[in-house]
Amino acid sequence: MVKHDVTLTVNGRTSTVSVEARKLLVDVLREDLGLTGTHIGCEHGVCGTCTVLRDGESIRSCTTFAVQVDGAEIRTVEGLAKGAQLHPLQDEFWDKQGLQCGYCTPGMLMRACEIIEQNPDVTHDQVREGIASNLCRCTGYQFITEAVCAAAARMKADSAAPMGAQA
Amino acid sequence: MKPPPFQYAAPTSVAEAVELLGAHADDDARALAGGQSLVPLMNFRLAQPSYLIDLRRIEELTRIRTEGDTLVIGAMVRQSHAEHAPEVALLAPLLAEALGYVAHPPIRNSGTVGGSIAHADPAAELPAVAVALEAELVVVGPQGTRTIPAAEFFLGPFSTAIEAGEILTEVRVPRREGGHAFVEFARTHGNFALVGVASVIEMDGDTVARASIAMSGVAPAPVRAIAAERALTGTAPDDASIRAAVDATVAQLSPSGDVHGSTETRTDIARSYLRRGIELALTRAQDRR
Repeated sequence: MVKHDVTLTVNGRTSTVSVEARKLLVDVLREDLGLTGTHIGCEHGVCGTCTVLRDGESIRSCTTFAVQVDGAEIRTVEGLAKGAQLHPLQDEFWDKQGLQCGYCTPGMLMRACEIIEQNPDVTHDQVREGIASNLCRCTGYQFITEAVCAAAARMKADSAAPMGAQA
Repeated sequence: MKPPPFQYAAPTSVAEAVELLGAHADDDARALAGGQSLVPLMNFRLAQPSYLIDLRRIEELTRIRTEGDTLVIGAMVRQSHAEHAPEVALLAPLLAEALGYVAHPPIRNSGTVGGSIAHADPAAELPAVAVALEAELVVVGPQGTRTIPAAEFFLGPFSTAIEAGEILTEVRVPRREGGHAFVEFARTHGNFALVGVASVIEMDGDTVARASIAMSGVAPAPVRAIAAERALTGTAPDDASIRAAVDATVAQLSPSGDVHGSTETRTDIARSYLRRGIELALTRAQDRR
């Protein structure tokens, strides 16, 4: 079967892969680019663990063919931390125990990332509603919601702090 | 599972897409919009097209524009784009409200307005909205362009008046005065709805000048609540007359039952939500005066 060149900028790094049209974005990320942080769950768009950001917007990478996002900028869970320094969301998920088994976590983090970027003043209720797109079978969502709210508050405080004031 | 192999092209014009569709008609060629219904079906191998024509590079299909009082939405406009577009809020607030019920934001970021309408899921929101707003669907095929009224477009479950070789290119929505309401019942928010109700009610003083109401989930295709519309028009509705209007429509419905809800359950939900939809549209219509 004929292969198609697909160029993706994933977490700031541009790569071109040659893949069949039927190859899902999640499989290109995991198999061709070695980014196994993004998980595969239901493969029909329901569970949300495969959520990544396409040009800043969350999408399901399991219901997206890689050829459909040729030229796009993709962010995955691997793009959140800066080296050894965790993203505030990851930090708060750790601190508030926003995960147990961790299967939903990459999708939850990316959806939460979009929610906070779209609305730095996001409320508890808006977070509850917003993460309804992603399933978690361990936590009951309470700790996840708390973690996202705490991260939003921290990110807002950090961005308001004068330059150099941050540790 | 993963989809079986297929050939793929991403043309940059409608003419090219129509040509490809015609040239590969024997290969069960299908148009690919946002893929939020088609790709899951392909992952399950319930759909196995051997040729996909991706419409994403066709620039003209990705725009929202206005022609006088008509809102013209390109078939490839993403649902989240339409949901937040000022033109949609102004000219078709019913559509903007209904879009908020379509799955979840990550799905709406990829799913398109045209894709949902062409897919014609009987439980989907947008077909009911198109019927209530008396939208027109523009399709282009080898014989040229056709404009199909929404009332004649939805033929049954996943079945539309789009002929083989044609592509849906535009959704034309006329401006409607009055109060709007989209309400639906789903087991959990974002899941497929059991019943949806799209209403626009225009008042003249205390009386209803015009009512357009369409329901999803209660029949193989969206249906107009004609009995309720007739009962309300020309009257000053009160609680009793609204209930009578609702009952007149619900008496004509016989939604098929399944594991998510029996015929009786769906009929009861249809009764409640039709009333809620009418009441909300009426309240908003009165607020606008």
